[in-house]
Amino acid sequence: MSNARPRRWRPPSASWLLVAPALVLVTAILFVPLGESFLRSVSSPTWTLDNYTGLFTDGVTVKVLVRTARTAAEVTVVAFALGYPYAYLLTRVGPRARAVMLVVVLVPFWTSVMARNFAWLLILQRGGPVQAVVSALGGHVTFVGTTLGVTIAMSQVLLPFMVLPLYSSLSGIDRRLLLAARGLGSSPLAAFWKIYWPLSRGGVVAGLIFVFTLSLGFYVTPALLGSPQQSLVAQLLAERTTQLLDFAGAGALGMLGLVATLVLVAWANRVGGTISAIGVVATSGTKESR
Amino acid sequence: MTTTPALSGTPTASAEPVLDRPRVLRRRRHRGVDPVPWWLVVIGVLVGLYFVLPTAIVIPVSVGGEGAFKFPPKVFSLDLYRRFFTDPLWLGSLGNSVLVAVLAALLATAVGTAAAVGLHRLTGRTARFVRTLLLVSMVTPSIVIAVAVYASFLQWHLTGSVTGYVLAHAAIGVPFVLISVTSALGGFDTKLLRASASLGASPARTFVRVTMPLIGRGIATGAVFAFVTSFDEVVIALFLRSPTFQTLPVQMYNSVTYQLDPTIAASSSLVVVSVTFFLLLPQLVRTRRPRRQGDPR
Repeated sequence: MSNARPRRWRPPSASWLLVAPALVLVTAILFVPLGESFLRSVSSPTWTLDNYTGLFTDGVTVKVLVRTARTAAEVTVVAFALGYPYAYLLTRVGPRARAVMLVVVLVPFWTSVMARNFAWLLILQRGGPVQAVVSALGGHVTFVGTTLGVTIAMSQVLLPFMVLPLYSSLSGIDRRLLLAARGLGSSPLAAFWKIYWPLSRGGVVAGLIFVFTLSLGFYVTPALLGSPQQSLVAQLLAERTTQLLDFAGAGALGMLGLVATLVLVAWANRVGGTISAIGVVATSGTKESR
Repeated sequence: MTTTPALSGTPTASAEPVLDRPRVLRRRRHRGVDPVPWWLVVIGVLVGLYFVLPTAIVIPVSVGGEGAFKFPPKVFSLDLYRRFFTDPLWLGSLGNSVLVAVLAALLATAVGTAAAVGLHRLTGRTARFVRTLLLVSMVTPSIVIAVAVYASFLQWHLTGSVTGYVLAHAAIGVPFVLISVTSALGGFDTKLLRASASLGASPARTFVRVTMPLIGRGIATGAVFAFVTSFDEVVIALFLRSPTFQTLPVQMYNSVTYQLDPTIAASSSLVVVSVTFFLLLPQLVRTRRPRRQGDPR
């Protein structure tokens, strides 16, 4: 609508003065370091893309990237398998049960990162309760020091990022459509598959992207529950920075991660769920309870 | 019908069974047509347990005494708490965390609230872009931020300093303030600003007397989240730590990776309980108010 009008310069509104401090803070503390990191990655030792091509030729990074993507995919599948029924149930229970269920969803958000990882370490450790159950059933699985333990712990932390966009999408679906389908002779399964599932797809895609994206950047959980032999991208990044002092190489890897994250999140935003929608639920909790 | 037994085990559901009876009856009639399958309820309960499992496990472990790395605990003892509150290493890092979190929350709340108010009045592409910029750290992997901040802070001589921690933590706390204040502003009637101005109040006075009280809860929620974000932040803190200054999450990290110090169980429980309390605080205030607030409307 504004296309037709010629662009005119107008003096910036005084409201920008209110925005400025936050913008200055975030720019100085986050964007300047990220910018410096980018510059270092393309200019060290001279103007070069070696640090980027190096990622694909050093033989280690690609292997770690593949392992990270595979772990992230596993986490996403687990979160989806658990999150979809939970989100669906959320739309079906009464307001009181829904309030309780939403508080439960937010528990992983609230639980201290270190306390939560420590707890998973206790639960999954050698000789811990889960392993005792598994060996009582005659199996043998090692959780700590493998990507399996990492997957279990990460899925729990990221489940809210699946449930919340799913819930906001599922709660907008008119159930009368399903009842109509049933009334016209459809089986419950067919009604779900042909009507409910397609309508929920926006939330599904958003949830999948969020969980996948966020699991790419996990550091503490793989560092504590995984092992150096099975390291993920974040561990590699930390090692390059603090031990090898390869700031340029770490910068290149970090930029790759940042760009991948932003592209995926922008995609998720387009499909339906938004970053701020999740933030709103996270900060407002169970406010929503029609 | 099928869901009632499973869900009545939850504390809120069983708290006021008498008051709720009319609504339950209405729901039951509805379920006849479109029931919730029992297996879905079972899945829901299991997933719910998975959500709360780690939180539920740290507290019993913390009162298990020396064998703190075992679950379930065999004996009851408060030794770990005694150790936490007598060890200067743990107490010192707790103090550092509180100091950093308070300062970071104050800074983030001040600039975040201003930005939310400013952006609320602005429209257009630039404003949308700036809002996205301010929110972007929420989805940026903290390891990427940590690595970049570490390299720059080394040059700026900010690693290991309170200033460095406060600035970094305030920057990542801004999105939470921005979001919660923005959502509070959503229900805010801008006509009140004009009314206030027409009655002769200056913009500053209007903000303090009109805007602030109406969006106060949003600001408080944002502040709490900024505090908790900083208090709980470990990845950036791991990079900024120095031998003389480290925060509680870093000390917890050390105790798992290097020293195997069981005191972490006590500190985990303390953090879980206090963080949950802080985050539930605005929630509890909120759930009670709507009725009062709804009446005059």
